[in-house]
Amino acid sequence: MSGKLRIHVDQDKCQGHSRCKALAPELFDLDEFGNAHEIGDGTVPEGLEDKAYLAKSNCPELAIDISED
Amino acid sequence: MNKPAPVTDWVHDFDHTDPRWTENPYPIWDELRAECPVVHTKRFLGVYLPTTYEAVKQVSYDTEHFSSRRIIVRNVRPEITQSAPPITSDPPEHKPAKQLLLPPFTPDAMKKLEPRVRQICNELIDEFINEPKVDAAARYTKHIPVRAIAHMLGIPEKDGDLFIKWIHEILEVGITDDEVLMRAIHEMAAYFSGHIEARKNHPTDDLISTLMHAKDKNGQPLSDMHVLGTLRLLLIAGIDTTWSAIGASLWHLAKTPADRERLIAEPELMPTAIEEFLRAYSPVTMAREVMKETTVSGCPVKPGNMVLLSFPAANRDPAMFPDADKVVIDRKENRHAAFGLGIHRCVGSNLARMEMTVAIEEWLKRIPEFRLDPGGEVKWSEGTVRGPRQLPLLLGKTG
Repeated sequence: MSGKLRIHVDQDKCQGHSRCKALAPELFDLDEFGNAHEIGDGTVPEGLEDKAYLAKSNCPELAIDISED
Repeated sequence: MNKPAPVTDWVHDFDHTDPRWTENPYPIWDELRAECPVVHTKRFLGVYLPTTYEAVKQVSYDTEHFSSRRIIVRNVRPEITQSAPPITSDPPEHKPAKQLLLPPFTPDAMKKLEPRVRQICNELIDEFINEPKVDAAARYTKHIPVRAIAHMLGIPEKDGDLFIKWIHEILEVGITDDEVLMRAIHEMAAYFSGHIEARKNHPTDDLISTLMHAKDKNGQPLSDMHVLGTLRLLLIAGIDTTWSAIGASLWHLAKTPADRERLIAEPELMPTAIEEFLRAYSPVTMAREVMKETTVSGCPVKPGNMVLLSFPAANRDPAMFPDADKVVIDRKENRHAAFGLGIHRCVGSNLARMEMTVAIEEWLKRIPEFRLDPGGEVKWSEGTVRGPRQLPLLLGKTG
């Protein structure tokens, strides 16, 4: 079995399109300016892997990284 | 004002105000894209048009060579006297001006506005639901963003017709007629100055007061000029853009019964459908001014020219979007650039998405059956913001 996924939003790239929060509210949150960050340490709970990839593939700024622990 | 010569060679002499471009730009963009990632015209004192997603993205990210101080391609380039921060700002002035505007437009802030927008949509539908036909652009899509932004700003929703007139004069007539443009800008400034003055003695809980109480990066209140410029921006950017996006979505659903029926049967598709309408029918084309010589996708670009930043053309690039010419309402991967890319991402994107979603949802709930009126004509706006300005529909079942 593969390792856990971990997401990270690059704060220099994020421009606040908020697509990730709309698609995967369990994994992403927004600050008061509407810019996104990963929830907690970015570890993707089991069962939400598809949502993580969906958010990544809809970020217009390519600001989301997904790594495997 | 002189009528421009009709285009015979799109690759070397394009004109984004040509009636054929206004009517159906997609085949023109396909032709240009097949030729070169960046084409040039001598019209409008010299303009480049990036035709691919990559080229549009490169220009959007490169604020060193491409300035936002001019964002509309026009026949003239007068001295810059009127700015509308942050859309006309470059770094380093851009960020502080943008930060001020972000909190009132977050998705959470839009949730609070949503019930009022639903009411607005239903009030509008009430007025024509018993008629067999309606011009949806004149009686529905046009009024939703005007009333929503008026509500946010704290100004009377009934002043909407005035705003629509100014926007038409600034974005369409103003491309070629400087006098009309300046008159509209001054009328708008006088209107908002009155609202600003009134709030100096009686602060209110709305976006105008929020701006008046905002501090710049040095902790100083914004000048009246800055507040006026930003209000001008919110009005111009917030109205006919979303009017166009809602109108194009309804136009698509009117002529595509399969998508309409599917959206009614599977309402959970609404978010991907809205993103796809934004991609396929993106209304907004911005512009930049070339400040220093550079290359875009390998093509040389020279100062003294403008760049027409066509997010709509980028969104139809088949190298970025499979089946770019098809509207796929459940498209899974959709990195469209309808709201721009980079630091100038549309500050009102969450508002626009909410208005589009609510406007289509409420329409489909109450008018599930409708189609284009074969006896009428759909008319599209010219220039910077493209969308249906006349949208004759027949309401109810065929029969």
